Amino acid sequence: MTCHEFIEFLLDYDEGRLPPDVRARFDEHLTVCPDCVNYLASYRAAIALGKKAFADPHSPLPQAVPEELVQALLALRAAIDRTAK
Amino acid sequence: MLAALRQGQDAAFAELVVRNSGRLLSVIRRLLRREEDAQDALQETFLSAFRGLTKFDGKSQLGTWLHRIAINTALMKLRSQQRKPEQSIEDLLPTFYADGHRQNPGPAWNLTADQAVEQAETRELVRQAIDKLPDGYRLVLVLRDIEQLDTAEVAEQLQIEVGAVKTRLHRARQALRTLLDPHFRGEAT
Repeated sequence: MTCHEFIEFLLDYDEGRLPPDVRARFDEHLTVCPDCVNYLASYRAAIALGKKAFADPHSPLPQAVPEELVQALLALRAAIDRTAK
Repeated sequence: MLAALRQGQDAAFAELVVRNSGRLLSVIRRLLRREEDAQDALQETFLSAFRGLTKFDGKSQLGTWLHRIAINTALMKLRSQQRKPEQSIEDLLPTFYADGHRQNPGPAWNLTADQAVEQAETRELVRQAIDKLPDGYRLVLVLRDIEQLDTAEVAEQLQIEVGAVKTRLHRARQALRTLLDPHFRGEAT
């Protein structure tokens, strides 16, 4: 297996979608290729960073919505209600 | 709450809006770049929800249902806007020698994602990197990794094949890694 093949099918490897014999070849490649070990680690880190980039660990509250927007939404609902009646 | 909403109680609608607006606006902002578009899409989301409430079967959580409507509304807005030619992602993908070895592998990253995202500047850096991805890849990454839709749902929302979602997701993740690489290579934990 080459580094090119390893990286090309990394998504399937990482999500456990490869048949056992193919996965074994990927694992074997990792034992002899430190560059791919590093690539896999940084690929996984990039995914983890992406997943957490929009969460603020110190602020459990959602982002503020302008009060006028909330009022507009409530007015909108009232208008729909009037139309329905 | 659902029963109160179906009875048309004003207080229930007010609570629905106040309780969900912030979260939904955050979702929409991740898909639409312009604040004006995001606020419009939020209004359209609630409009669809108000009108569709009678069809809501209650099988999923109300919040999950609203989340799907918000994503659908934001994507419809994106589709309605004039599409720019899709930017290539090739420059952000790894390159290889003829023998299959990767060119310019560079040093390892030395950080833990958990520690890194504790810092507001790191989160901003990652958000900016995601924003630099071409739209066709950025949307797949946002829907799959951040909004946590499954592959089939992403395919349905973007009106593309499941195989294309997987390819785009892998490329988007690789491109994100490339954009972050200069900032994290060899960094101390």
